[in-house]
Amino acid sequence: MTQKTVLNETHRRFGAKMVDFGGWDMPLHYGSQIEEHHAVRRDCGMFDVSHMCAVDLSGPDAKTFLLRLLANNVDKLQAPGKALYSAMLNEAGGVVDDLIVYYLSPGEYRVVINAGTAAKDLEWMAARLADWKMDVGLRPRRDLAMIAVQGPQACARVWQVLPETRGASEALKPFFAAVVGDCFIARTGYTGESGFEIALPAEHADALWQALADAGVAPCGLGARDTLRLEAGMNLYGQDMDESVSPLDAGLAWTVDLAAARDFVGKAALLEHGQRKQFLGLLLEDRGVLRAHQKVVTAQGEGEITSGSFSPTLQRSIALARLPLGVAVGDSVSVEIRDKRLAARVVKPVFVRNGASQLA
Amino acid sequence: MNVPANLKYAKSHEWVRSEADGTVTVGITDHAQDLLGDLVFIELPEVGKVLAAEQEAAVVESVKAAADVYAPLAGTVVEVNQAAADAPESVNQDAYAAWLFKLKPANAGDVDALLDAAAYTATVDAA
Repeated sequence: MTQKTVLNETHRRFGAKMVDFGGWDMPLHYGSQIEEHHAVRRDCGMFDVSHMCAVDLSGPDAKTFLLRLLANNVDKLQAPGKALYSAMLNEAGGVVDDLIVYYLSPGEYRVVINAGTAAKDLEWMAARLADWKMDVGLRPRRDLAMIAVQGPQACARVWQVLPETRGASEALKPFFAAVVGDCFIARTGYTGESGFEIALPAEHADALWQALADAGVAPCGLGARDTLRLEAGMNLYGQDMDESVSPLDAGLAWTVDLAAARDFVGKAALLEHGQRKQFLGLLLEDRGVLRAHQKVVTAQGEGEITSGSFSPTLQRSIALARLPLGVAVGDSVSVEIRDKRLAARVVKPVFVRNGASQLA
Repeated sequence: MNVPANLKYAKSHEWVRSEADGTVTVGITDHAQDLLGDLVFIELPEVGKVLAAEQEAAVVESVKAAADVYAPLAGTVVEVNQAAADAPESVNQDAYAAWLFKLKPANAGDVDALLDAAAYTATVDAA
Protein backbone atom coordinates (compact mmCIF):
# COMPACT_ATOMS: atom_id res chain seq x y z
CA MET A 1 0.00 0.00 0.00
CA THR A 2 1.25 3.46 -0.87
CA GLN A 3 2.18 5.58 2.13
CA LYS A 4 1.58 9.30 2.36
CA THR A 5 3.31 12.01 4.35
CA VAL A 6 1.23 14.48 6.31
CA LEU A 7 1.94 17.01 3.53
CA ASN A 8 0.32 14.91 0.78
CA GLU A 9 -2.74 17.16 0.44
CA THR A 10 -0.50 20.23 0.65
CA HIS A 11 1.53 19.02 -2.35
CA ARG A 12 -1.64 18.54 -4.37
CA ARG A 13 -2.79 22.02 -3.41
CA PHE A 14 0.51 23.36 -4.74
CA GLY A 15 -0.02 21.55 -8.06
CA ALA A 16 2.52 18.75 -7.60
CA LYS A 17 2.92 15.91 -10.06
CA MET A 18 3.00 12.92 -7.69
CA VAL A 19 5.00 9.71 -8.15
CA ASP A 20 5.67 6.54 -6.21
CA PHE A 21 9.04 6.66 -4.46
CA GLY A 22 10.00 3.62 -2.40
CA GLY A 23 6.36 2.97 -1.59
CA TRP A 24 5.62 6.64 -0.82
CA ASP A 25 3.37 8.96 -2.83
CA MET A 26 5.70 11.93 -3.22
CA PRO A 27 5.94 15.12 -5.33
CA LEU A 28 8.18 14.75 -8.40
CA HIS A 29 7.88 18.43 -9.28
CA TYR A 30 5.40 21.31 -9.11
CA GLY A 31 5.70 22.34 -12.77
CA SER A 32 9.38 22.43 -13.73
CA GLN A 33 12.07 20.32 -12.12
CA ILE A 34 14.77 22.53 -13.65
CA GLU A 35 13.28 25.77 -12.28
CA GLU A 36 13.09 24.19 -8.83
CA HIS A 37 16.73 23.16 -9.13
CA HIS A 38 17.75 26.73 -10.02
CA ALA A 39 15.64 28.13 -7.16
CA VAL A 40 17.72 26.14 -4.66
CA ARG A 41 21.07 27.11 -6.25
CA ARG A 42 20.17 30.80 -6.63
CA ASP A 43 17.66 31.57 -3.87
CA CYS A 44 15.79 29.07 -1.73
CA GLY A 45 13.65 25.95 -2.06
CA MET A 46 11.95 23.46 0.27
CA PHE A 47 11.44 19.71 0.20
CA ASP A 48 9.10 17.43 2.10
CA VAL A 49 11.41 14.76 3.52
CA SER A 50 8.87 13.36 5.98
CA HIS A 51 9.06 9.99 4.22
CA MET A 52 12.49 9.59 5.82
CA CYS A 53 12.26 8.17 9.31
CA ALA A 54 13.66 9.70 12.49
CA VAL A 55 14.35 7.09 15.16
CA ASP A 56 15.15 8.07 18.72
CA LEU A 57 17.52 5.81 20.62
CA SER A 58 17.67 6.07 24.37
CA GLY A 59 19.13 4.02 27.18
CA PRO A 60 22.35 3.38 29.05
CA ASP A 61 23.81 1.35 26.17
CA ALA A 62 22.90 3.76 23.36
CA LYS A 63 26.44 4.93 22.68
CA THR A 64 28.00 1.45 22.97
CA PHE A 65 25.35 0.17 20.57
CA LEU A 66 26.02 2.84 17.94
CA LEU A 67 29.80 2.40 18.28
CA ARG A 68 29.33 -1.22 17.26
CA LEU A 69 26.47 -0.71 14.76
CA LEU A 70 27.89 2.07 12.57
CA ALA A 71 30.98 2.29 10.34
CA ASN A 72 31.64 5.87 11.37
CA ASN A 73 32.65 6.54 14.97
CA VAL A 74 30.02 8.13 17.22
CA ASP A 75 32.84 8.91 19.64
CA LYS A 76 33.33 11.94 17.37
CA LEU A 77 30.03 13.26 18.78
CA GLN A 78 31.10 15.02 21.97
CA ALA A 79 28.98 18.20 21.84
CA PRO A 80 25.19 17.93 22.15
CA GLY A 81 23.51 18.58 18.80
CA LYS A 82 26.48 17.34 16.74
CA ALA A 83 25.59 15.20 13.71
CA LEU A 84 27.55 12.48 11.91
CA TYR A 85 26.95 10.84 8.52
CA SER A 86 27.53 7.11 8.57
CA ALA A 87 26.90 3.86 6.76
CA MET A 88 25.36 0.93 8.60
CA LEU A 89 26.95 -2.26 7.26
CA ASN A 90 26.16 -5.95 7.18
CA GLU A 91 28.76 -8.59 8.13
CA ALA A 92 29.91 -8.81 4.50
CA GLY A 93 30.69 -5.08 4.56
CA GLY A 94 27.74 -4.14 2.31
CA VAL A 95 25.70 -1.03 3.04
CA VAL A 96 22.38 -1.75 4.82
CA ASP A 97 21.65 1.99 4.79
CA ASP A 98 23.27 5.39 5.06
CA LEU A 99 22.04 7.70 7.79
CA ILE A 100 22.68 10.74 9.93
CA VAL A 101 23.04 10.29 13.67
CA TYR A 102 22.57 13.24 16.05
CA TYR A 103 23.89 13.25 19.62
CA LEU A 104 21.18 14.77 21.79
CA SER A 105 22.40 14.19 25.37
CA PRO A 106 24.13 11.37 27.26
CA GLY A 107 22.27 8.16 26.37
CA GLU A 108 20.06 9.94 23.80
CA TYR A 109 20.61 9.88 20.04
CA ARG A 110 18.45 10.43 16.96
CA VAL A 111 19.14 8.68 13.66
CA VAL A 112 17.45 9.62 10.38
CA ILE A 113 17.17 6.71 7.94
CA ASN A 114 15.94 6.38 4.36
CA ALA A 115 12.25 5.87 3.55
CA GLY A 116 12.49 2.70 1.49
CA THR A 117 14.82 1.02 3.98
CA ALA A 118 13.18 2.12 7.24
CA ALA A 119 11.39 -1.13 8.07
CA LYS A 120 14.47 -3.22 7.23
CA ASP A 121 16.73 -0.90 9.24
CA LEU A 122 14.53 -1.06 12.33
CA GLU A 123 14.48 -4.87 12.16
CA TRP A 124 18.26 -4.89 11.71
CA MET A 125 18.80 -2.61 14.71
CA ALA A 126 16.38 -4.58 16.91
CA ALA A 127 18.10 -7.84 15.98
CA ARG A 128 21.56 -6.46 16.83
CA LEU A 129 20.24 -5.16 20.17
CA ALA A 130 18.95 -8.65 20.95
CA ASP A 131 22.23 -10.32 19.82
CA TRP A 132 24.30 -7.99 21.93
CA LYS A 133 21.89 -7.99 24.90
CA MET A 134 21.90 -4.21 25.11
CA ASP A 135 19.39 -1.93 26.75
CA VAL A 136 18.36 0.70 24.20
CA GLY A 137 14.85 1.91 23.37
CA LEU A 138 14.15 2.35 19.62
CA ARG A 139 11.36 4.82 18.93
CA PRO A 140 10.42 5.58 15.29
CA ARG A 141 9.08 9.13 15.18
CA ARG A 142 6.32 8.92 12.56
CA ASP A 143 4.63 11.67 14.60
CA LEU A 144 7.16 14.10 13.12
CA ALA A 145 7.21 15.77 9.71
CA MET A 146 10.50 16.91 8.17
CA ILE A 147 10.97 19.86 5.82
CA ALA A 148 14.36 20.70 4.27
CA VAL A 149 14.85 24.38 3.39
CA GLN A 150 17.93 24.81 1.19
CA GLY A 151 19.70 27.54 -0.75
CA PRO A 152 21.68 30.75 -0.23
CA GLN A 153 18.59 32.50 1.23
CA ALA A 154 17.35 29.48 3.23
CA CYS A 155 18.49 30.63 6.67
CA ALA A 156 17.09 34.16 6.22
CA ARG A 157 13.70 32.80 5.10
CA VAL A 158 13.48 30.33 7.97
CA TRP A 159 14.25 33.08 10.48
CA GLN A 160 11.64 35.29 8.85
CA VAL A 161 9.00 32.57 9.27
CA LEU A 162 10.22 31.10 12.58
CA PRO A 163 11.84 34.08 14.33
CA GLU A 164 11.86 32.23 17.66
CA THR A 165 14.37 29.71 16.23
CA ARG A 166 16.88 32.34 15.18
CA GLY A 167 18.80 32.65 18.44
CA ALA A 168 19.57 28.94 18.59
CA SER A 169 19.95 28.21 14.90
CA GLU A 170 22.07 31.23 13.94
CA ALA A 171 24.90 29.92 16.12
CA LEU A 172 24.74 26.45 14.57
CA LYS A 173 27.79 25.32 12.68
CA PRO A 174 27.25 22.95 9.72
CA PHE A 175 26.24 19.48 10.87
CA PHE A 176 24.85 20.66 14.21
CA ALA A 177 21.23 20.69 15.40
CA ALA A 178 19.29 22.47 18.12
CA VAL A 179 15.93 21.89 19.77
CA VAL A 180 13.73 24.98 19.90
CA GLY A 181 10.32 24.36 21.46
CA ASP A 182 8.84 21.49 19.44
CA CYS A 183 11.13 22.09 16.43
CA PHE A 184 14.33 20.13 15.85
CA ILE A 185 16.37 22.29 13.52
CA ALA A 186 19.58 20.99 11.90
CA ARG A 187 22.14 22.61 9.61
CA THR A 188 22.19 19.66 7.26
CA GLY A 189 20.93 18.98 3.76
CA TYR A 190 21.27 17.05 0.53
CA THR A 191 21.85 19.78 -2.04
CA GLY A 192 25.34 21.25 -1.56
CA GLU A 193 23.78 24.53 -0.42
CA SER A 194 23.41 25.94 3.07
CA GLY A 195 20.12 25.57 4.88
CA PHE A 196 18.19 23.69 7.51
CA GLU A 197 16.33 20.46 7.92
CA ILE A 198 13.45 21.00 10.33
CA ALA A 199 11.63 18.21 12.14
CA LEU A 200 8.37 19.28 13.78
CA PRO A 201 5.09 17.79 14.97
CA ALA A 202 3.21 16.54 11.91
CA GLU A 203 0.13 18.64 12.70
CA HIS A 204 2.15 21.86 12.24
CA ALA A 205 3.77 20.89 8.93
CA ASP A 206 1.13 22.30 6.57
CA ALA A 207 1.17 25.69 8.29
CA LEU A 208 4.98 25.87 8.11
CA TRP A 209 4.99 24.83 4.44
CA GLN A 210 2.41 27.49 3.60
CA ALA A 211 4.25 30.17 5.59
CA LEU A 212 7.56 29.35 3.88
CA ALA A 213 5.84 29.46 0.48
CA ASP A 214 4.31 32.83 1.36
CA ALA A 215 7.83 34.03 2.25
CA GLY A 216 8.99 33.11 -1.28
CA VAL A 217 10.47 29.65 -0.70
CA ALA A 218 9.94 27.50 -3.81
CA PRO A 219 8.31 24.08 -3.25
CA CYS A 220 10.66 21.50 -4.79
CA GLY A 221 10.08 17.85 -5.65
CA LEU A 222 12.17 14.72 -5.67
CA GLY A 223 13.29 15.43 -9.24
CA ALA A 224 15.21 18.56 -8.26
CA ARG A 225 16.39 16.86 -5.08
CA ASP A 226 18.04 14.19 -7.23
CA THR A 227 19.82 16.56 -9.64
CA LEU A 228 20.94 18.77 -6.73
CA ARG A 229 22.45 15.88 -4.78
CA LEU A 230 24.04 14.52 -7.96
CA GLU A 231 25.74 17.86 -8.66
CA ALA A 232 26.86 17.94 -5.01
CA GLY A 233 28.33 14.43 -5.41
CA MET A 234 26.20 12.93 -2.65
CA ASN A 235 25.35 9.24 -2.73
CA LEU A 236 21.79 7.96 -3.10
CA TYR A 237 21.05 4.70 -1.33
CA GLY A 238 19.82 1.96 -3.67
CA GLN A 239 21.46 3.66 -6.61
CA ASP A 240 25.10 4.45 -5.75
CA MET A 241 25.37 1.75 -3.09
CA ASP A 242 23.35 -1.05 -1.53
CA GLU A 243 23.86 -4.24 0.47
CA SER A 244 26.15 -5.69 -2.20
CA VAL A 245 28.50 -2.68 -2.29
CA SER A 246 31.31 -1.83 0.13
CA PRO A 247 31.41 1.78 1.32
CA LEU A 248 35.08 1.78 0.26
CA ASP A 249 33.95 1.18 -3.35
CA ALA A 250 31.16 3.79 -3.15
CA GLY A 251 33.23 6.85 -2.27
CA LEU A 252 32.36 6.58 1.42
CA ALA A 253 35.81 5.72 2.82
CA TRP A 254 35.81 9.13 4.53
CA THR A 255 32.86 7.98 6.64
CA VAL A 256 34.44 4.67 7.70
CA ASP A 257 36.62 4.72 10.78
CA LEU A 258 39.09 1.85 10.50
CA ALA A 259 41.71 3.60 12.64
CA ALA A 260 40.10 3.25 16.06
CA ALA A 261 40.45 -0.01 18.01
CA ARG A 262 36.67 -0.53 18.28
CA ASP A 263 34.99 -3.32 16.32
CA PHE A 264 31.88 -2.68 14.23
CA VAL A 265 29.65 -4.77 11.99
CA GLY A 266 31.37 -5.27 8.64
CA LYS A 267 34.82 -4.11 9.78
CA ALA A 268 36.47 -7.51 9.31
CA ALA A 269 35.13 -7.76 5.75
CA LEU A 270 36.34 -4.26 4.88
CA LEU A 271 39.82 -5.04 6.22
CA GLU A 272 39.91 -8.35 4.35
CA HIS A 273 38.81 -7.03 0.96
CA GLY A 274 40.07 -3.45 1.03
CA GLN A 275 39.07 -1.09 -1.76
CA ARG A 276 38.27 -2.77 -5.08
CA LYS A 277 36.70 0.07 -7.09
CA GLN A 278 36.91 3.85 -7.21
CA PHE A 279 33.95 6.17 -7.03
CA LEU A 280 34.50 9.10 -9.38
CA GLY A 281 32.64 11.70 -11.41
CA LEU A 282 32.17 11.79 -15.18
CA LEU A 283 31.57 14.76 -17.47
CA LEU A 284 30.09 13.92 -20.84
CA GLU A 285 32.05 15.67 -23.59
CA ASP A 286 29.76 14.59 -26.45
CA ARG A 287 26.06 15.44 -26.60
CA GLY A 288 23.70 13.11 -24.76
CA VAL A 289 22.67 12.18 -21.24
CA LEU A 290 24.54 9.82 -18.91
CA ARG A 291 22.27 7.40 -17.02
CA ALA A 292 22.63 4.79 -14.29
CA HIS A 293 23.86 1.35 -15.46
CA GLN A 294 25.58 2.59 -18.63
CA LYS A 295 28.91 0.88 -19.20
CA VAL A 296 32.11 2.92 -18.91
CA VAL A 297 35.11 1.75 -20.92
CA THR A 298 38.51 2.77 -19.50
CA ALA A 299 42.13 1.80 -20.22
CA GLN A 300 42.00 -0.16 -16.92
CA GLY A 301 38.82 -2.09 -17.73
CA GLU A 302 35.09 -1.57 -17.50
CA GLY A 303 33.13 0.40 -14.93
CA GLU A 304 29.51 1.38 -14.46
CA ILE A 305 27.58 4.59 -13.98
CA THR A 306 25.59 4.48 -10.75
CA SER A 307 23.80 7.86 -11.11
CA GLY A 308 23.64 10.11 -14.14
CA SER A 309 21.54 12.98 -15.43
CA PHE A 310 21.67 16.41 -16.94
CA SER A 311 23.16 19.06 -14.67
CA PRO A 312 20.94 22.16 -14.80
CA THR A 313 23.72 24.27 -13.25
CA LEU A 314 26.50 23.15 -15.59
CA GLN A 315 24.18 22.69 -18.61
CA ARG A 316 25.77 19.36 -19.49
CA SER A 317 25.47 15.75 -18.49
CA ILE A 318 27.27 14.47 -15.38
CA ALA A 319 27.45 11.14 -13.59
CA LEU A 320 28.79 9.25 -10.60
CA ALA A 321 30.49 5.98 -11.52
CA ARG A 322 32.26 2.99 -10.02
CA LEU A 323 35.48 2.61 -12.00
CA PRO A 324 38.47 0.25 -11.89
CA LEU A 325 41.41 1.10 -9.62
CA GLY A 326 44.08 2.96 -11.55
CA VAL A 327 41.70 5.29 -13.40
CA ALA A 328 42.71 8.88 -12.59
CA VAL A 329 41.01 12.27 -12.56
CA GLY A 330 41.55 13.80 -16.01
CA ASP A 331 41.45 10.48 -17.88
CA SER A 332 39.41 10.23 -21.07
CA VAL A 333 36.97 7.33 -21.07
CA SER A 334 34.01 6.31 -23.21
CA VAL A 335 30.44 5.54 -22.21
CA GLU A 336 28.13 3.19 -24.10
CA ILE A 337 24.83 4.96 -24.78
CA ARG A 338 22.44 2.96 -26.94
CA ASP A 339 24.53 1.93 -29.98
CA LYS A 340 27.22 4.60 -29.57
CA ARG A 341 30.38 5.18 -27.57
CA LEU A 342 30.56 8.76 -26.33
CA ALA A 343 33.57 10.58 -24.87
CA ALA A 344 33.65 11.50 -21.19
CA ARG A 345 36.25 12.89 -18.80
CA VAL A 346 36.93 11.60 -15.30
CA VAL A 347 36.58 14.30 -12.60
CA LYS A 348 36.37 14.45 -8.82
CA PRO A 349 32.87 13.42 -7.74
CA VAL A 350 31.79 16.92 -6.69
CA PHE A 351 30.39 19.12 -9.44
CA VAL A 352 28.69 22.08 -7.72
CA ARG A 353 28.90 23.53 -4.19
CA ASN A 354 27.27 26.71 -2.89
CA GLY A 355 26.09 27.64 -6.36
CA ALA A 356 29.56 27.41 -7.94
CA SER A 357 31.02 24.93 -10.38
CA GLN A 358 33.78 22.81 -8.84
CA LEU A 359 35.22 21.87 -12.23
CA ALA A 360 38.77 22.96 -12.87
CA MET B 1 -4.94 17.86 -22.55
CA ASN B 2 -4.06 19.73 -25.73
CA VAL B 3 -4.82 17.51 -28.78
CA PRO B 4 -5.33 19.63 -31.94
CA ALA B 5 -8.14 18.30 -34.14
CA ASN B 6 -6.27 18.99 -37.41
CA LEU B 7 -3.48 16.46 -36.68
CA LYS B 8 -3.17 12.68 -36.77
CA TYR B 9 -1.62 10.65 -33.96
CA ALA B 10 0.16 7.39 -33.17
CA LYS B 11 -0.62 5.57 -29.92
CA SER B 12 3.11 5.88 -29.07
CA HIS B 13 2.45 9.64 -28.61
CA GLU B 14 3.67 11.14 -31.91
CA TRP B 15 1.64 13.73 -33.82
CA VAL B 16 1.61 13.81 -37.64
CA ARG B 17 0.71 16.69 -39.96
CA SER B 18 0.19 16.15 -43.71
CA GLU B 19 1.90 18.84 -45.78
CA ALA B 20 0.91 20.14 -49.22
CA ASP B 21 4.07 18.69 -50.79
CA GLY B 22 3.11 15.15 -49.79
CA THR B 23 5.53 14.91 -46.82
CA VAL B 24 4.43 14.51 -43.20
CA THR B 25 5.79 16.44 -40.20
CA VAL B 26 6.27 14.48 -36.94
CA GLY B 27 6.60 15.60 -33.33
CA ILE B 28 5.68 14.36 -29.85
CA THR B 29 2.35 15.22 -28.29
CA ASP B 30 1.75 17.67 -25.49
CA HIS B 31 0.77 14.70 -23.33
CA ALA B 32 4.15 13.05 -24.05
CA GLN B 33 6.16 16.13 -23.13
CA ASP B 34 4.12 16.49 -19.94
CA LEU B 35 4.88 12.88 -18.97
CA LEU B 36 8.59 13.33 -19.62
CA GLY B 37 9.05 16.69 -17.90
CA ASP B 38 11.81 19.16 -18.74
CA LEU B 39 13.52 17.97 -21.93
CA VAL B 40 17.29 18.41 -22.06
CA PHE B 41 18.44 16.39 -25.09
CA ILE B 42 17.05 15.37 -28.47
CA GLU B 43 18.74 12.98 -30.89
CA LEU B 44 17.34 13.36 -34.40
CA PRO B 45 17.54 10.85 -37.25
CA GLU B 46 19.87 11.36 -40.22
CA VAL B 47 18.31 12.90 -43.32
CA GLY B 48 17.94 10.14 -45.91
CA LYS B 49 17.35 7.38 -43.36
CA VAL B 50 14.66 4.92 -44.43
CA LEU B 51 12.36 3.98 -41.55
CA ALA B 52 9.79 1.23 -41.18
CA ALA B 53 6.53 2.02 -39.41
CA GLU B 54 7.02 1.89 -35.61
CA GLN B 55 10.81 1.85 -35.99
CA GLU B 56 12.81 3.97 -33.52
CA ALA B 57 13.45 7.29 -35.23
CA ALA B 58 14.60 9.77 -32.56
CA VAL B 59 15.29 9.94 -28.83
CA VAL B 60 14.03 12.60 -26.45
CA GLU B 61 15.56 12.79 -22.98
CA SER B 62 14.28 14.70 -19.99
CA VAL B 63 16.14 15.20 -16.73
CA LYS B 64 14.31 12.11 -15.56
CA ALA B 65 14.30 9.63 -18.46
CA ALA B 66 15.03 8.80 -22.09
CA ALA B 67 12.18 7.94 -24.48
CA ASP B 68 12.18 6.67 -28.06
CA VAL B 69 10.23 8.49 -30.73
CA TYR B 70 8.90 6.09 -33.37
CA ALA B 71 8.18 6.58 -37.04
CA PRO B 72 4.36 6.75 -37.17
CA LEU B 73 4.47 5.37 -40.71
CA ALA B 74 7.06 3.97 -43.14
CA GLY B 75 9.06 6.55 -45.04
CA THR B 76 12.31 8.40 -45.70
CA VAL B 77 13.58 11.22 -43.48
CA VAL B 78 13.69 14.34 -45.65
CA GLU B 79 14.32 17.04 -43.05
CA VAL B 80 15.06 17.39 -39.32
CA ASN B 81 14.40 20.31 -36.98
CA GLN B 82 17.86 21.20 -35.65
CA ALA B 83 16.36 24.18 -33.80
CA ALA B 84 14.42 21.77 -31.56
CA ALA B 85 17.58 19.73 -30.86
CA ASP B 86 19.43 22.94 -29.99
CA ALA B 87 16.65 24.05 -27.61
CA PRO B 88 14.90 20.91 -26.27
CA GLU B 89 12.81 23.06 -23.90
CA SER B 90 10.98 24.38 -26.99
CA VAL B 91 9.17 21.01 -27.11
CA ASN B 92 7.93 21.56 -23.54
CA GLN B 93 6.83 25.07 -24.44
CA ASP B 94 4.86 24.09 -27.57
CA ALA B 95 5.02 20.45 -28.59
CA TYR B 96 3.03 21.12 -31.77
CA ALA B 97 5.31 23.92 -33.00
CA ALA B 98 8.62 22.21 -32.16
CA TRP B 99 8.45 19.41 -34.71
CA LEU B 100 11.24 16.80 -34.85
CA PHE B 101 11.46 15.40 -38.40
CA LYS B 102 9.69 15.20 -41.77
CA LEU B 103 9.08 11.97 -43.65
CA LYS B 104 8.29 11.24 -47.28
CA PRO B 105 5.78 8.40 -46.76
CA ALA B 106 6.42 5.10 -48.53
CA ASN B 107 2.66 4.85 -49.08
CA ALA B 108 0.67 8.06 -49.29
CA GLY B 109 -2.42 6.37 -47.81
CA ASP B 110 -0.74 5.30 -44.56
CA VAL B 111 -1.44 8.61 -42.85
CA ASP B 112 -5.19 7.96 -43.07
CA ALA B 113 -4.77 4.84 -40.91
CA LEU B 114 -3.42 6.87 -37.98
CA LEU B 115 -5.57 7.92 -35.01
CA ASP B 116 -7.59 11.12 -35.12
CA ALA B 117 -7.66 13.47 -32.13
CA ALA B 118 -10.66 11.79 -30.50
CA ALA B 119 -9.20 8.30 -30.86
CA TYR B 120 -5.81 9.41 -29.50
CA THR B 121 -7.48 11.13 -26.55
CA ALA B 122 -9.38 7.91 -25.85
CA THR B 123 -6.15 5.83 -25.79
CA VAL B 124 -4.54 8.27 -23.34
CA ASP B 125 -7.61 8.34 -21.12
CA ALA B 126 -7.74 4.53 -21.11
CA ALA B 127 -4.08 4.22 -20.05
